[in-house]
Amino acid sequence: MSEFTHDVLVYGPGFLSAAWTVLWLTLVTIAVSWIFGLAAALGQRSDMRAVRSVAAFYVWFIRGTPALIQIFIIYFGMPQVGVRLSPYTAGVLALAINSGAYVTEIIRSGLSAIPAGQTESSLALGFSPRETMRTVILPQVFRIILPSITNEALSTLKNTSLLSTITVVELTLYAQTLISATFRPFDFYIAVAVIYLVLTTILTQLAAFFERRYARLY
Amino acid sequence: MTQDAPPPLLKLRDIRKSFGTLDVLKGIDLEVAPGEVVSIIGASGSGKSTFLRSINAIEPADKGRMDFEGWTFDFDRDSRFFPTDRQLQALRSRIGMVFQSYNLWPHKTVLQNVIHAPMGVLGQSRAEATEVADALLDRIGLYDKRDASPMRLSGGQQQRVAIARALAMKPRLMLFDEVTSALDPELVNEVLQLMASLADEGMTMLLVTHEMSFARDVSSRVLFFDQGEIGEQGPPSKVLRAPESPRLQQFLHSILHDDLRTATAKKGPTL
Repeated sequence: MSEFTHDVLVYGPGFLSAAWTVLWLTLVTIAVSWIFGLAAALGQRSDMRAVRSVAAFYVWFIRGTPALIQIFIIYFGMPQVGVRLSPYTAGVLALAINSGAYVTEIIRSGLSAIPAGQTESSLALGFSPRETMRTVILPQVFRIILPSITNEALSTLKNTSLLSTITVVELTLYAQTLISATFRPFDFYIAVAVIYLVLTTILTQLAAFFERRYARLY
Repeated sequence: MTQDAPPPLLKLRDIRKSFGTLDVLKGIDLEVAPGEVVSIIGASGSGKSTFLRSINAIEPADKGRMDFEGWTFDFDRDSRFFPTDRQLQALRSRIGMVFQSYNLWPHKTVLQNVIHAPMGVLGQSRAEATEVADALLDRIGLYDKRDASPMRLSGGQQQRVAIARALAMKPRLMLFDEVTSALDPELVNEVLQLMASLADEGMTMLLVTHEMSFARDVSSRVLFFDQGEIGEQGPPSKVLRAPESPRLQQFLHSILHDDLRTATAKKGPTL
């Protein structure tokens, strides 16, 4: 049995499960970050000053501080004020809050790219502003922002490696554990990089599929 | 409270609107009888588009009263007749509006553009809305484009779809805001013909237009807007042929002059 085959058989299942962890962490984080991003982007356009201020503060604070510090605040900091979260919950929450700020800016730019006439023609037919946003504006925004939102999803996927610092057993932490036992950092970090590459490629292909689908509608 | 004439479909009293310190509408009064076709002409910046957009409150007036189909609204915020959001939506669903830039929705097909509001606003079933839409698309000669993207149509075709989209709501009043201004000259007629046929059928219409021959031939009344007020109004034969005020004379002269210049440039007899 070659050494490579041996490695795959021994460490493969562990890597597979760590990769699976990365994948679901990413998907959940993306879903939550879109909710945050949409809420904040619409909040920025609110009639209420207080709502606009909260949205602006959110984007300003998150974009201006490192993701790692945000993770530490939520996982290590919050218990001090009585909120204790599991590493996974804290990790998803921190990454979603982080990515949500960037999604906010992406959606904002998408919204500003839609001509005012699109809203006006919908309102003129008797739709409410909410219905107009949901059925006329957002579908068009989604198509415009798909490339940027794909980039942001890739960032989120790669940022899950930061969660190794708060004991989430994802790819990076799993590799570190193996390395401290085997003293083979080159082999295992390369293996981790390749697996990340496979995951990001899958995500990119998925986005490309959606982009083609939406392009056909025009 | 006239007893002989039919009651007006639309009655506006002292409509006022300003942007900052600029008074765009300085108290407009207007009554429109059912079936009337009213053309609004005037220089750019005279408030004619703002006025049209205030009627369906896409840009609500700051002050003024409006009666339409049993509704009475007062656009003064303190009035108890100040319209609620729901009332405005109901009002808009009864008033069709067509824009200069068509504003069709590019993510929907032609048919989807036409059935969207009847389904979403009036609660019609897809079958019901599609039946009405197909008849309208057939009427405007674009039935074969029903599944195409509106972005693949010419400007004139897009504008006709926009008119069909408004008509699908069975409006009592249609507002046309310079609907041929963005069109290539050879595409203007197909849209004007559709509008003329609507007028023939008795549709009540208010249109802001630069098409003087259309205003002359189709409208029952012409309003000349001048600096936020109705400067002069009356039947087209009077307003367009025998203008009284110097400002209207000057305006008509400049329009005519433009037409002549265009005609010369095209080396074709358009007048």
